[in-house]
Amino acid sequence: MRRIYLDYAATTPTRPEVVKAMLPYFADAFGNPSSIYSYGQEAKRAVEEARTKVAELIGARSEEIVFTSGGTEADNYALKGVAYANEHKGNHIITTAIEHHAVLAVCKFLERRGFRITYLPVDKYGLVAPDDVKKAITDKTILISVIHANNEVGTIEPVAEIGKIAREAGVYFHSDAVQTVGHIPVNVDELKVDLFSISGHKFYGPKGVGALYVRKGTRLVPLMHGGEQEKRRRAGTENVLAIVGLGKAVELAGREVAKEAERLAYLRDKLIKGLGEKIDHIRLNGHPTRRLPNNVNVSVDFVEGESMLLNLDLEGICASTGSACSSSSLEPSHVLLALGLSPEQAHGSLRFTLGRENTEADVERVLEVLPVIVARLRAMSPLLKTQK
Amino acid sequence: MPDVWSLYSKKVMEHFKNPRNVGEMENPDGVGHVGNPVCGDIMELYIKVKGSIIVDAKFKTFGCGAAIATSSIVTEMVKGKRIEEALKISNKAVAEALDGLPAAKMHCSVLAEEALKSAIEDYLEHQKLKKQT
Repeated sequence: MRRIYLDYAATTPTRPEVVKAMLPYFADAFGNPSSIYSYGQEAKRAVEEARTKVAELIGARSEEIVFTSGGTEADNYALKGVAYANEHKGNHIITTAIEHHAVLAVCKFLERRGFRITYLPVDKYGLVAPDDVKKAITDKTILISVIHANNEVGTIEPVAEIGKIAREAGVYFHSDAVQTVGHIPVNVDELKVDLFSISGHKFYGPKGVGALYVRKGTRLVPLMHGGEQEKRRRAGTENVLAIVGLGKAVELAGREVAKEAERLAYLRDKLIKGLGEKIDHIRLNGHPTRRLPNNVNVSVDFVEGESMLLNLDLEGICASTGSACSSSSLEPSHVLLALGLSPEQAHGSLRFTLGRENTEADVERVLEVLPVIVARLRAMSPLLKTQK
Repeated sequence: MPDVWSLYSKKVMEHFKNPRNVGEMENPDGVGHVGNPVCGDIMELYIKVKGSIIVDAKFKTFGCGAAIATSSIVTEMVKGKRIEEALKISNKAVAEALDGLPAAKMHCSVLAEEALKSAIEDYLEHQKLKKQT
């Protein structure tokens, strides 16, 4: 059976060009970038070339890029790093209710250690109001962290406006850009961010590598100690081959991002429109226009997400859900609840995230298969009867 | 050989794909209604009883694959059983009949047991009322 992958926000396949660029660094150019002889210098050059590419993609200077093990480490480093380097100035951090867990769980951790966190609400589309950020700032505020685009519902936040507010108040501003870098054009100066988290495997790079953009002059303490690497900001021998892969993925994204975003937005809109026409009692989650070009998130009334996913998988279609029937908490997605969805609607959510391999035929296949699945599950749903 | 990397056993998937006894029942003798939308599982179980033997059972379920499979198999397990035997069906027995459930899904078997107990209690309640009148 032909498999249709529609979960590109979870991860992406490493592109063949990326794999090819990485191969020499397994065994041939295996050196430690800290060594002064030729093997070391080859590896060092490869790391620095990748750094320049990442910097160029986001409009930064190469010395402002710190390589990490991925988006989660970048988020942890930004939040803990700023919190502990600036606690003499204040203990207040502002964030939102719809952050990725890599930010939210760090906030909970810091809360238990004496920091005060404000979790800003969002509107029904998942948008944070810049004015709410402004009102939340106190003389103790040391950091604002707002996700650039939400990973579940795809809403793109007004980051530039929030950045302006943060800068005027003299507060550091972090944005988790794991879902945007490589997917839409970004520029750290236009967005007025001081810290920006990037993950390689979300845009056809390898897993286990990411970066944190750190604007020159931003004070933060390292997470890792034990070496001089990354200008003492991140100890540990560089993951050279993954960094090279990230560099290649960035290079390809830089060339193709605008055109690919346009192609995916067309497929996205076709899927959204088709689902609305073919399935009744369905709603789009997230913003109708201010959303990632590859994100479709819907709630299907009266049916549960995992049972839809399993049925889709039987048809070879891979998607995801905000229903947490399989997690130990059993509570549905905090993002969908923050948008004001009822628990039933959150459990009935489906996310399709498109990518390079997808074509119009894939969208048509979903539109052919999903209505049948929904009808079958609704026939066994006790919720439908109570609605009649 | 069992595929240890798949989420569910073959038996679970078989019941998920072809659930037995789906639907509402006309004039049931007992109805069980358990679960809540926050957890994402709601089960309704209907039984028909003749001379203290459960002769028919049907269900409707909103929930994950495991919730649908446990509902389906519990309706199969109770058919032809005497009330007092049906009351002895434990969540463990339900899970075992499906060749096991992932740890995070054991609550679905609990829900199936509760749905059955609730339907039987409903039936016994009606019986009591009948005797009183």
